[in-house]
Amino acid sequence: MSVLIYTEVSKGKVKKSSLEAVNYGSRIAAQLNTTATAVIVGDVDLSDLGKAGAKKVLKLKNDKLARLDSQYLSSAIEQAANAEGATVIIFAHDFTGKEVAPRLATKLKAGIVAGAVDNPVISGDSFTVKKNVFSGKAVATYSLHSAKKIISLLPNSFPVELKDGSAEAVDFAVNLDGINSPLKVKEVKKDTSELNLTDAELVVSAGRGMKGPENWGMIEDLAKSLGAATACSRPVADMDWRPHHEHVGQTGIAIRPDLYIAIGISGAIQHLAGVNGSKTIVVINSDKEAPFFKSADYGIIGDAFEIVPKLTEAVKKFKANQ
Amino acid sequence: MKILVCISNVPDTTTKISFTNNNTAFNGAGVQFVINPFDEWYALVRALELKEAQGGSVTIIHVGAADSEPTIRKGLAIGADDAVRIDAEPNDAFAVAEQIAAYAKDKGFDLILAGKETISYNGSMVGAMLAELMNLPFVSMATKLDVANNVATIEHDIDGGTEVAECALPLVIAANKGMAEARIPNMRGIMAARTKPLLQVPAISTDKLTSISLFELSKGRTDCKFIDASTPEKLIELLHTEAKAI
Ligand SMILES: Cc1cc2nc3c(=O)[nH]c(=O)nc-3n(C[C@H](O)[C@H](O)[C@H](O)COP(=O)(O)OP(=O)(O)OC[C@H]3O[C@@H](n4cnc5c(N)ncnc54)[C@H](O)[C@@H]3O)c2cc1C
Repeated sequence: MSVLIYTEVSKGKVKKSSLEAVNYGSRIAAQLNTTATAVIVGDVDLSDLGKAGAKKVLKLKNDKLARLDSQYLSSAIEQAANAEGATVIIFAHDFTGKEVAPRLATKLKAGIVAGAVDNPVISGDSFTVKKNVFSGKAVATYSLHSAKKIISLLPNSFPVELKDGSAEAVDFAVNLDGINSPLKVKEVKKDTSELNLTDAELVVSAGRGMKGPENWGMIEDLAKSLGAATACSRPVADMDWRPHHEHVGQTGIAIRPDLYIAIGISGAIQHLAGVNGSKTIVVINSDKEAPFFKSADYGIIGDAFEIVPKLTEAVKKFKANQ
Repeated sequence: MKILVCISNVPDTTTKISFTNNNTAFNGAGVQFVINPFDEWYALVRALELKEAQGGSVTIIHVGAADSEPTIRKGLAIGADDAVRIDAEPNDAFAVAEQIAAYAKDKGFDLILAGKETISYNGSMVGAMLAELMNLPFVSMATKLDVANNVATIEHDIDGGTEVAECALPLVIAANKGMAEARIPNMRGIMAARTKPLLQVPAISTDKLTSISLFELSKGRTDCKFIDASTPEKLIELLHTEAKAI
């Protein structure tokens, strides 16, 4: 028996959401009196996996894994899970997790909770995990009834903890001879922004109150001063003021950063659905009746065009004194 | 081209959520249900555009009880040719995928589309599971889709950017925002929907690997602390000392 964690490389190192998943998996392993094994595709410095709690790392080896195709990857992880006798398998609920975890669950007939937000509660035969439902309006406790269980952890649900520890890394050759995916990559367009929105701890977001795309400079300045990612409301993406991958909300992406600063966004229920998991919410709006203030921790009533540059200055001063 | 679009029936986005039976079941009383936006705006509308340009058919499939028929009829009003309802409670993603796969297996669909997730249970699982059950390639988070000479070109979000992939049909795709613009059904569509075929299929027996034992409403925020617009530095101080967010 063991707990297996799928981890991934991004920009030359192990992804933050993967380290969160290893922390999470090693806590479950401790509860089950077993150890955590990470699996990974790619050759990078793996020492953080050991520091996050993995005792072993299986480096999945097969040329077909050059693209993380769900048909190949789910089979590769299945082979690793069988070799390790894994009963619980953890993913980060990110792009790969969404493509691969349900596929693996189907292969293993494993109950799956996609987007878990808390540690599982395990007692005897009962195994329950909480996840957000109705776009964050509620939390549901799922019971998993199968022998094997898969959990994909919503990014930013827990801070990453790195301690002393090291993992033994070994190559694990996988056999994908029977599978031939017709999917081929034609082109990859890299996101030019440095920060991935779902991974970001700090997010500065702006809405229609900014009046036009030409006014986003001050939003970017504030984000830059904080080291934050930028996001926007739906109409802003629909009008092409900002790229669609910045659209947060019920029909965009859901995020849960430590800090979400909403500027010139009214706080419609569909917008809140994507951001109400944020730990701290700041709202800047000229309308004191804006519904967003009812869902905020801190509010400033006033004109964003005056407040935002002053805020950026204040952040710079604060950073300089740190 | 034969296209299958999976649609689910979800509470309208503005719904105030509540629960019954000691917080073990969603309270649907008085709730307006709609087609899941990702299924409707993006998957179904793109399927219709492809059919209009290239010929073929668009079938919508739904797993659910008879009370979801108004939602299915809306899909027909938007333009789907026919519909299938598998008569089972859709309360486990794997069971839903098994129902759809059992029906679709021998029907020769070239393209199977789903939304990237439902706005009710936010599972994001049925598309991938369906692909596995049918042994098909799968692409999630698709923002663009074109088909020419039996090959699909799909643009989709990946970690740190977007990927353009090509795949010979058939395959399963989960649609994200961007694939198409929402359509509003017109009067003719609504009239025609009444007489379009809606096939009812009995459920097969499926595995139920998960169940929900409790629902809780998310804790809302109760009081917002206001900072005067003339002293934004005060906010930075509070974010540091009180919220510990920076
Ligand atoms: C089915 C459905 C799904 C949807 N999904 C989403 C979603 O995923 N995400 C999303 O965001 N929306 C979504 N919406 C849209 C949502 O209902 C709102 O229309 C949208 O969020 C409003 O965007 P906004 O706050 O930027 O614009 P507005 O509602 O126009 O608000 C602009 C705000 O800016 C303030 N303002 C104006 N000038 C200034 C100034 N100088 N300084 C400071 N403040 C100023 C105004 O007081 C106002 O509060 C959805 C809608 C539907 C029907």
